[in-house]
Amino acid sequence: MRLEYFQLLDRIVELDLANRTIRTEATVPHESTIFQGHFPGYPLMPGVLLLETMAQTSGWLIIALTKFQRMPFLAAFKEAKLRTFIAPGTVLSGTAKLEHEGSGYAVTHAEIRVDGKVTCDCEITFRVVNFPAPDLRSYMQKEAERLQFPLGAIADG
Amino acid sequence: MPSTFDTVAKIIAETCDIPIETITPESHAINDLGIDSLDFLDIAFAIDKAFGIKLPLEQWTQEVNDGKATTEQYFVMKNLCARIDELVAAKGA
Repeated sequence: MRLEYFQLLDRIVELDLANRTIRTEATVPHESTIFQGHFPGYPLMPGVLLLETMAQTSGWLIIALTKFQRMPFLAAFKEAKLRTFIAPGTVLSGTAKLEHEGSGYAVTHAEIRVDGKVTCDCEITFRVVNFPAPDLRSYMQKEAERLQFPLGAIADG
Repeated sequence: MPSTFDTVAKIIAETCDIPIETITPESHAINDLGIDSLDFLDIAFAIDKAFGIKLPLEQWTQEVNDGKATTEQYFVMKNLCARIDELVAAKGA
């Protein structure tokens, strides 16, 4: 996880296209400039970045389901709950399930668990569009490699 | 059993906090009711779920952008409800 680069996931652990679910993993870094302000002497993973972690987990699921043809952009969070403080060094296990695939939008339910316990959850709405720039698609494909995205699952799915 | 109009009007009223009595079959969802694109995603989600369909929003938007259709054809309430009825009928065919 590199907070400053908005790389909030370390790897995709599991992708199940049939059940439209994904599982990701990320470890909150021990050091980050973000902790200098959030908060001095009491570093905590910012809630907004936990939401982004759930959004990125969901986003990779949508990219997988659309076979890298479409890009999800965040539109809305609903019923977002941040149930506990998350400290540096915590290992986050993210999950997302596609609740609905509409025309040009998608809705997921996402969670983050720590040691098996739900610490954050929400419903997320995305606008889903064709990749608006070739560079963005290239970047996402490189990111997929970094995250050990199971490309074989797409080919088989 | 509520009519398509009653169901859609209820969805819009609850999603956008609009008094249901102000929503008529002649209301334009965008021009008269002031529904923006984000709220319309919520409405589309609720309509998709309520009727078991997939509103073809992208196709409609493309047709409007290409000048092949007007927003009135898809976003005036009575026309929107007629499209929903068509989609429901097509699903059952």
